[in-house]
Amino acid sequence: MEHSELLAAGGAATAELIASGDVSSEEVLEFWLGRAGADALNAYLWTADADSARRGVAAEGPFAGVPLAIKDIFCTEGVPTTAASRMLGNYVPPYTATAVARVSGAGMPMLGKTNMDEFAMGSSNENSAFGPSLNPWDRERVPGGSSGGSAAVVAGGLAPWALGTDTGGSIRQPAGFCGIVGLKPTYGSVSRFGMIAFASSLDQCGPLTRNVTDAALLLNVLQGRDEMDSTSVGIEGGVKAPSAERLDGLRFGVPRGLLGEGIEAGVLARFEDTLTRIADLGGTVVDIELPHAGHAISAYYVLAPAEASTNLSRYDGVRYGLRASDEDLLSMYEVTREEGFGAEVKRRIMLGTYALSSGYYDAYYGRAQRVRTRIVEDFDNAFDQVDFVVTPTSPTVAFKLGEKTEDPWTMYQSDLFTVPMSLAGIPAISIPAGLAEPDGGGPELPVGFQIAAPAFSEQKLLEASFALENTIGFDGSPALEGGVK
Amino acid sequence: MIEREQVLHVARLSRLRLSETEIDTLAGELSSILDHVDKLAEVDIEGVEPTSHVVPLENVLRPDEPRPSLDRDVALSQAPDPADGAFRVPSPQAEA
Repeated sequence: MEHSELLAAGGAATAELIASGDVSSEEVLEFWLGRAGADALNAYLWTADADSARRGVAAEGPFAGVPLAIKDIFCTEGVPTTAASRMLGNYVPPYTATAVARVSGAGMPMLGKTNMDEFAMGSSNENSAFGPSLNPWDRERVPGGSSGGSAAVVAGGLAPWALGTDTGGSIRQPAGFCGIVGLKPTYGSVSRFGMIAFASSLDQCGPLTRNVTDAALLLNVLQGRDEMDSTSVGIEGGVKAPSAERLDGLRFGVPRGLLGEGIEAGVLARFEDTLTRIADLGGTVVDIELPHAGHAISAYYVLAPAEASTNLSRYDGVRYGLRASDEDLLSMYEVTREEGFGAEVKRRIMLGTYALSSGYYDAYYGRAQRVRTRIVEDFDNAFDQVDFVVTPTSPTVAFKLGEKTEDPWTMYQSDLFTVPMSLAGIPAISIPAGLAEPDGGGPELPVGFQIAAPAFSEQKLLEASFALENTIGFDGSPALEGGVK
Repeated sequence: MIEREQVLHVARLSRLRLSETEIDTLAGELSSILDHVDKLAEVDIEGVEPTSHVVPLENVLRPDEPRPSLDRDVALSQAPDPADGAFRVPSPQAEA
């Protein structure tokens, strides 16, 4: 069979090619390992060979022989897991994350571990200790973050699909920047066991895929109750491949108050085009209010760093990871953490520790938790009126490397539209809505369209996304050769 | 405004050693971030309960039964300085 056909196939299509006998699973794996080995995007931090890719992987299963890429935040027994940090530069976990065990159990070989922002803290991949991953549409631009490597490999023809994690937008924003589909499931859908913790009340694993059908099918493999994560509840009844063609009777709410300044003209144009398509398919578009969503970034940058500062206290040079000094115990801790963590991670540990410290706890952490309640209520009220809340995924298309690294707050604005849903714990997806020029001109780049829905209504979310995807007809093929040398 | 002394205090709480440059940079960056975060004061939170997580679960229990955990050798396999079946650390006392 033609390699171009394999390259263009997503996960489900690859499974069909194997099932029909058009191609063997060995041939599929060889093809994708060859692609991964030619990575020109610094998107993989580790790549497998034919043996290691299949280690522990079930021979049978719904996706037997369909390989995938895994964000380097998931622990993989016997395979290096760094979270893109010097702190874990030599770490080889003695156990495997539940999400990885589930894809292995479904028969999926692992192509490699993908680059990311250190400990998932970032929106551009530039916080990786091992250099940034690049965007396959334009290698001078970022793929987004923190799951930038996973987005880059799927868009750039280095993997058929991938796992990522999303804390404040880390699946959706890179999916939007790279012209693919990224789904953050409802908090609690997928086990967090073995997923290196950043902000435990927000972190959630999800799929990055070429199309909505793949997102649904991969989520179905991932989701479920896991006794190793007491916050995991799964999605009742699971998720199946969507088939909707119309949006009749469905109401889509646009939080106009959020769509103020700072949004690129091209992004807004593709957003408005997509609203027109919703109406063409029989859906209703209405304006809604999310009165407190404008405060989401501020609340998030208290809560997530606070949780991170406690989660990252485990990196102390004692049990695993880096140890950078053998002076007295206190110096060992301090020097290890000084050398092991990058600038953004230190910034967030400092910010979080400050927000939790005596005298500031109520003013920062306590207040942010109450604002979070307000945001949860905003969505509850919105979903009394509409089925979905829609926004652009990000205010801009993929920006240039170095463009936003000067000022942390400027970088944080990249997650303006994705953070509110994270705080509310609800599912949200980014689907490609077309291409647009960046402000200031230049070649056209992908624009993401975000759709959010009430907790655990993934099936409904995926049905609507599927209908929209078909009518948008986005073509991601220009990037498919962008990933190789 | 975050002063240099506050940076040093929080760094100590965080068990982070910072270079002189980092201290100055962080003082500026944290001040700037907190200026934005201070806008949270505009939100009326009177009588609002805090949200620490969004899953409607309480007291998830399982039977308390012994079961195997990681073997000691495996648990120690990633340790920077394992010794006598344990994690060895430097002395808490600085050498005099």
